[in-house]
Amino acid sequence: MELTLWTYEGPPHIGAMRIATSMKGLHYVLHAPQGDTYADLLFTMIERRGARPPVTYTTFQARDLGGDTAELVKGHISEAVERFKPEALLVGESCTAELIQDQPGSLAKGMGLNLPIISLELPAYSKKENWGAAETFYQLVRGLLKDIAEEDPSQPKTSWKEEGRRPRVNLLGPSLLGFRCRDDVLEIQKILGENGIDINVIAPLGAAPSDLIRLPKADANVCLYPEIAESTCIWLERNFKTPFTTTVPIGVKATQDFLEELCSLLDLEVSNLINKAEQSKLPWYSKSVDSNYLTGKRVFIFGDGTHVIAAARIANEELGFEVVGMGTYSREMARKVRTAAKELGLEALITNDYLEVEEAMKDSAPELVLGTQMERHSAKRLGIPCAVISTPMHVQDVPARYSPQMGWEGANVIFDDWVHPLMMGLEEHLIGMFRHDFEFKDGHQSHLGHLGGHTNQSAETSREINKDAINQTSSKEALLWTPEGESELSKIPFFVRGKVRRNTEKYAIQVGCKEIDGETLLDAKAHFSK
Amino acid sequence: MSGTTLLKETGPREVFCGLTSIVWLHRRMPDAFFLVVGSRTCAHLIQSAAGVMIFAEPRFGTAILEERDLAGLADAHEELDRVVKNLLKRRPEIRTLFLVGSCPSEVIKIDLARAAERLTAQFNGQVTILNYSGSGIETTFTQGEDGALKALIPLMPSSKEDKLLLAGTLANPVEDRLKTIFNRLGIKNIDSFPPRQSTELPSIGPGTKVLLAQPYLTDTARELKDRGCEILQAPFPLGVEGSKLWIEAAANAFNIKKELVSSTLEPLILRAQKALKPYIEQLSGKKLFLLPESQLEIPLARFLSNECGMELVEVGIPYLNREMMRTELELLPEKTRIIEGQHVEKQLDRVRESNPDLVVCGMGLANPLEAEGISTKWSIEMVFSPIHGIDQASDLAELFARPLHRHNLLSHKELETA
Ligand code: SF4
Repeated sequence: MELTLWTYEGPPHIGAMRIATSMKGLHYVLHAPQGDTYADLLFTMIERRGARPPVTYTTFQARDLGGDTAELVKGHISEAVERFKPEALLVGESCTAELIQDQPGSLAKGMGLNLPIISLELPAYSKKENWGAAETFYQLVRGLLKDIAEEDPSQPKTSWKEEGRRPRVNLLGPSLLGFRCRDDVLEIQKILGENGIDINVIAPLGAAPSDLIRLPKADANVCLYPEIAESTCIWLERNFKTPFTTTVPIGVKATQDFLEELCSLLDLEVSNLINKAEQSKLPWYSKSVDSNYLTGKRVFIFGDGTHVIAAARIANEELGFEVVGMGTYSREMARKVRTAAKELGLEALITNDYLEVEEAMKDSAPELVLGTQMERHSAKRLGIPCAVISTPMHVQDVPARYSPQMGWEGANVIFDDWVHPLMMGLEEHLIGMFRHDFEFKDGHQSHLGHLGGHTNQSAETSREINKDAINQTSSKEALLWTPEGESELSKIPFFVRGKVRRNTEKYAIQVGCKEIDGETLLDAKAHFSK
Repeated sequence: MSGTTLLKETGPREVFCGLTSIVWLHRRMPDAFFLVVGSRTCAHLIQSAAGVMIFAEPRFGTAILEERDLAGLADAHEELDRVVKNLLKRRPEIRTLFLVGSCPSEVIKIDLARAAERLTAQFNGQVTILNYSGSGIETTFTQGEDGALKALIPLMPSSKEDKLLLAGTLANPVEDRLKTIFNRLGIKNIDSFPPRQSTELPSIGPGTKVLLAQPYLTDTARELKDRGCEILQAPFPLGVEGSKLWIEAAANAFNIKKELVSSTLEPLILRAQKALKPYIEQLSGKKLFLLPESQLEIPLARFLSNECGMELVEVGIPYLNREMMRTELELLPEKTRIIEGQHVEKQLDRVRESNPDLVVCGMGLANPLEAEGISTKWSIEMVFSPIHGIDQASDLAELFARPLHRHNLLSHKELETA
């Protein structure tokens, strides 16, 4: 049993709904009680979808449990097939139905319906949403293609060159409730087109089951979101010898690497388009003199696996930030995130507990947080600027304007999204110059938000941290900060002030000093820096 | 009985489960914590319905069952004890802890009543631990509040004193206003249930006259009756008419002079009617279709048809308690079509066929209907907004007029730019 106040991911059947709702011509019969219908609002409210998810919930009640729930399930299945006339049917259950073991998948298969039926087993008590989406996509692709796969197990693939056509690829993984998928797909399509590569199928977003049948016709698979598509890509490689990309094209360098990787998979000459830095404005913006102030900015990164790994690379290699903490809520991506963190000399935080993430954030004293909507709230409480880089989705993460994360344009969007919460360079310089003038309120940050209320907030935060520190050291005798000590402390940048206060108090307790003045502060600084 | 047409329908439903009530209950009683014993689905439902992220430390959470909890019930109880102890250590300000049952906890038969008893004993009266069901196999949306209130009743002290008890969560300002009006009528001894602090439970007994402020308190009303309280028959305090009859029911029970009642209410009624006027112009003659969700559908339909002139196409309701709705049903226009239960697909077919001007529905259905050109109003808004009482009648009407107004506004602009 795990106490959860808030969760980054929903249960696995939500992942299945993401696949079903992303596609056309597919229907999902979900054996579930009425309350589970809340899931519709994720799509109709957060994504502002103008159509209901193609899901029939059996909405069984307690009084049905004594009777024949199997008949109830069958009734819903035949009604759904009749009404929606799907090309293929997904059948599965949510947490409660899993316990009553009606096996709706086998029931459906025994009904003699004339359409492909994919039975989903998504263990609700051990797995979560992204896993459920990946498993559903994989089961669907496998279910629709396994007969073809068995027909020609080892037939050599003819290459696009032999066939005298342009190479073509599948874009796999984009789905509803995925971060900026809608625009990423457009951006990648555009870039591939410029490089002479055609798109065979995009799935699941916008694809019908009949499109999935054409997946093996691609020369390579582009695995855009490993969380959703990796297992499918592996299966397609094994059964149809279609190689797949492992680089996710988020950031300028990753986009270049991705194109190189794809070209080599396709045996295609790397087009000179790839290396033109002016494809994106990020490199120049990052180089321009105003960006000097970005140097060494401390960033804390948390989110799903794909976006965290990409963000760490961009932060480190393209913007000159210092990554001071990173982690993911995605257990499936834990290994990859750990490896990426290690390369930056960090230990990755793998957790589904947002309070633990907030603690880690506080401890690493970042100047910028890149996270989910939850980290945005935590950062706000701590008075730290934040940009959102990852799911879980919020209505704000589905902007009206075109704003991909992938490709050249994605890099532009990222530059703006991450840098705008920070202060502009010249502005920071001026504020630094005038910071001791009385007109300047402490903690003044930027012309973009964070004004008003901010000062109070950061004062509150430091008070809170202070309280923590005292609790932590469990010393009942109060430490006294002399006015001079307080004034020295106030000269320290606000984002590390909490940490300095804590360390100084820890030091004072260690050496048995009751009054903290400026000297103690410097002593403590020397003590901890050795 | 009145001449309404009562029909039943079964099929796929699109209604929240009782867990959703936690969204307003935790705000009503800030010293209580609601711990759902359930699955990740339950946790996800509440956070999706409540926008939990705005709270640093929300006063509700889910003890998520894991594979090993399903293996043995003994261990599940041990695990629950551990979770509760950690939680209460972390949140010492909590005075009442509700263990809220869910579909999974009920299917595997975790006895939360036993757990609540055991834990209350362990916490030695420092914290009271109670339980109720919010599961989707047993309850819909607002029924969760019924369960929570019922669980509190055994803790309410007994008394014989004459008093008025307002049962059902009201927005605080609305509740204060209603109390002021009762005071003017000379009814001074008034309590609310649930109280604003979970520990300040009002006393009840044979002298207690209960006005139900919400239409979904079936079990609560029964238990209060068993404790000797008298449940006053009245419609619900929505709109001028409903609120007036509701207040008058109390006035009658306390033998307040008719003249005092009318001289107190008359000015309020006149003012409210004046404020209603512009909305009546917008709403009158418009076709209204209510999908089942909050259990407020019948009183809302009565207000919107009798006072605002809307035409009722269909009034859907999750379940019908005829006794509780008796006065409301009598006030509804002849031949109003009331559907208990739901087959969401067939109901949406009827929505499309009847082409209503406004549909009251759940959050999942609103945008799809809007995309078809049908204006909607979320039913969940009714349980968050201060809509009760005579003074609020125009605000209530405004909630329904706004989507129509917006619809006109935007289609007007479309014409201009076209
Ligand atoms: S319907 Fe049941 S399983 Fe679903 S959220 Fe409600 S209580 Fe939990």
